[in-house]
This record gives sequence, C-alpha cells and structure tokens, in this order.
Amino acid sequence: MMMPDFGTGARIALAPLPPDWPGGFWWHWLFFTVLVLAFVLSMVMGVIYIERRVLARMQSRLGPNRTGPFGLLQAVADAVKVLIKENIVPAAADKVVHWLAPVVAFAPVVMVFAVVPFANGALLADLNIGILYVVAVSSIASVGIFMAGWGSSNKYALLGGMRDVASIVSYEIPLVLAILGVVLVAGSLSLNDIVQAQQNIPFILVQPLGFLLFFTAACAEINRSPFDLLEADSELTAGFHTEYSGMKFAMFYLVEYAEALAVSAVVATLFLGGWQGPVLPPWLWFLGKVFFVFLVMVWVRATMPRVRIDQLMAFAWKCLFPLALLNLLLTAAEVALWPGAMPLIVIPINFAIAGLLIIIWSKFFKLGWGRVEV
Amino acid sequence: MLIGYGYIGLFLIATILFTLSMVLIPIALRLIKIVPDKPNKTKNDAFECGMTTIGKTWVQFNSRYYFYALVFLALDVLAIFLYPWAVGFRNLGWDGFIAALVFILIILVGYIYAWKKKVLEWK
Repeated sequence: MMMPDFGTGARIALAPLPPDWPGGFWWHWLFFTVLVLAFVLSMVMGVIYIERRVLARMQSRLGPNRTGPFGLLQAVADAVKVLIKENIVPAAADKVVHWLAPVVAFAPVVMVFAVVPFANGALLADLNIGILYVVAVSSIASVGIFMAGWGSSNKYALLGGMRDVASIVSYEIPLVLAILGVVLVAGSLSLNDIVQAQQNIPFILVQPLGFLLFFTAACAEINRSPFDLLEADSELTAGFHTEYSGMKFAMFYLVEYAEALAVSAVVATLFLGGWQGPVLPPWLWFLGKVFFVFLVMVWVRATMPRVRIDQLMAFAWKCLFPLALLNLLLTAAEVALWPGAMPLIVIPINFAIAGLLIIIWSKFFKLGWGRVEV
Repeated sequence: MLIGYGYIGLFLIATILFTLSMVLIPIALRLIKIVPDKPNKTKNDAFECGMTTIGKTWVQFNSRYYFYALVFLALDVLAIFLYPWAVGFRNLGWDGFIAALVFILIILVGYIYAWKKKVLEWK
C-alpha cells in the first residue's frame, strides 16, 4: 500500500509559481480585479438561480421558469427591476448610515475572493496569512448588517441587527478553531499552500469533524437557514433590511448570496482540495466543488426548520465550541505523532472519533424538545 | 511577500468604488426621471405591519450578549494565539503540544466558570 504523503512534505516537490502570473504588477492586478468582480457577480446570479430552482424542486414547485430558457434570465430581469424601483428612506432614519450600510456589507465579501486560488498560483494575492485574512475580512460584513439594522430606525430591523451581532460573536470561535485543524495538518496559512498540501487526500477525510464544525458555523455566520434568525420572516417581518428598497435592497440580496458563495469557495479550498483534481482543468474542478458545496447548503435549507434564538446561542457555546477544541487537540496530537507524513489509518480513526463525539453530544444536548436546560 | 498587500489595498479601493457606483447609479437615474421619486408621509414611516410605531427606536434595552461578548473576547484571543502555534507546530513537537494544552486549560477554567454561572443561557 502506498504511503500517502500529505502535509508539508508534499508541498516542497511543487515549485511555487511566480506571484506575477500573467506578467507585471499592474497587469496582474487589473486581470484579477476584473476577474474576481466578474466571477462574484456572475456566480451570484447563477447561485440565485440554482437556489430558487433547486429549492422549488425540493418543495415540489416549479420555481422561476418563464423568463428566458428554463427561467435562466430571471436574475437579469430582477436586477433591471430593482434598478428602476423607487428608493424609500424612512423619515426618522439615520440617513448616512442607511446609505453606507450596503457598501460596508458588500465590499468585505468581495475582498474574501482576493486570496482564493482558482488554479495553481492563479489568485490576486498569495498572502502568507491567507486564511486568517479571510476570517478577519469576512466578519466586517456584519458591521454593515448592524449599520442597516441601526440606521433604519425600525424596531424589527434593530432586533435583526442585534441578533446578527449575537450570532457572529458566538459562531466566530468554533469557526476559527475548526480552521486551525486544517492549518495544523497543512502547516501553512496560505490558501494556495493549503490546496497544494491536499495533493493526495482532501482534508475532508483527515478532518471530518472539522469540516462539519466549519460548515455549520459558517452557515450560522452568514445567516443561512436554519440559522437565519436575523431575518426570520415570522418574527421580524424582514429583519435588518425591512426598510430597504430598490438597489440598496438588491445589494443586501447580493451580499447574502456572495457570502454563501464565499463560504462555498473557502470550504472547497480548505476541505475538498480546491483546484486539485484529475483530467479536467483546475478552474473547472474549483467551480464544480463550489457549486457542490452550495447545493449542500440549499439542501440543508430545504430540510431543517429554523432554530430559536436561545437554541442558536446554546448550540454555539455548548456544542460546537467544546467539539472544536477536542478536534483541535486530536489533530495536534496526530501531527505531533507523525510529523512527516500521516499514515492512512488516521482517516478511519478520525471518522470514528468524530462519530463518537457527535453521538455523545447529541445524547446530552437536545435542540428539538422545547427548552431543555443543559 | 509584501507585494500581496499592495494588491489587496488596490483591490479594496476598486471594490469600494464599484460598490459605491452601484448605490449611486439609481441616484443618477432618478435625476433623469427613470427612477420615480414620490415620497409622502405614510410611505416614509417606519414599517411595522400597519401599526404606527410608538416612541423612539433608539432606546436603551437589555442587550443580552454583553456577557457573551466578554467570553468571546477571551476565547478569540486564545484562537488568535493558537494560529502562529499551529503554523509552526511541526517544529515544536510534543513540547508545543503540552504548552498549548496548558494555555487552553487556563482559558477553559474561565469558560467552565461562565457556564456554571449561567452566562451562556439566553434568557
């Protein structure tokens, strides 16, 4: 049996690509700035289409199917519609904050894609602190969402903004600790290095518990269902964007799906091997993995009912955080035991431990049976 | 390596300009009468499912995540200290493992104290 060799050992064999890939500082910058912006906008449109169609299929509906072939132009039609809608700003609102909130929310989400590699070395900036940068930048978007909630001068919007801050504060810790497991195995923070370290085995096999923790915490952080409490329609009308209309509402819609896209891209990079894959070109593998992760998110949304706010907080602090710490210590012990290349036996061990821990926690931590004090 | 931050800074400027333009396009369209602009008092009220809103929105109310924020600060500092440790872990070996274990246990004492004091309940 071949000894797979992942971790730092695998990375030395591949020569790093020059940072100025198409040649020259400004050309590189221009190329990737246009590419990233076009990627985010076009992918968000595609992702909205996928979400609406797949969710409709899962709920035995048809979804948008009239505009263009298979309803493909629905997102374009919606974009034109919101562009020429009247912009209503409440008289009591804090006007400046109300105007700036979509900008503050949207810019950081696009910034995340600056360090995500589309192919080997094909990224805007190969920062050596890549994943730390992603964590730091992505949480700024919640400032924009809180600005929207605060600036609207609407009680529902303010409650939605408060809930967003509460969920960000809670889920940031398990998210950051789950990433640490990957960093331990890869031995680097750069996203391109992390992908190169997954040459033989994607980290989802080495870090099954870390993957689940990261996916759950990231879904909560970007307020995907079942954690979408800040815009829980049944309680808060539309949450933080109740008072938004026209293009500014569309910006928040964009932010929501761009965040989902960013999480899909980061999950694909950290756990599914990014652009690595046989036969097909690397960028196609990357796109395929992003779409796959997004489909899983749609599936989760169609399956799970929304949690309550106390359940949301308890789930982060009493379930995800201890599990993330245990996962971190387990990974550290394994890396210390096999500093060079890990043997294949690690994979079944990690899956068994992950299953065991999840069973133990689900025994004494129940979300579904009303208000159970843990 | 520092060249990457130059890219990031320029990209930030480009992104902010792009986002601002997306907010400013409807204003330009309003000036040439494509986007309607007909405000009235009812339309500009705060939306509250048909009721007129009572009192100010920006009142003091019990923000429940104050204690969460305190626990969050301690644990986030823990996580940030663990990042450089994780990158250099292969060179540290078991000594590094023991050191991080002691560090995590110290923070865990505070976490367990917060749990026992019912800080982690959303009441």
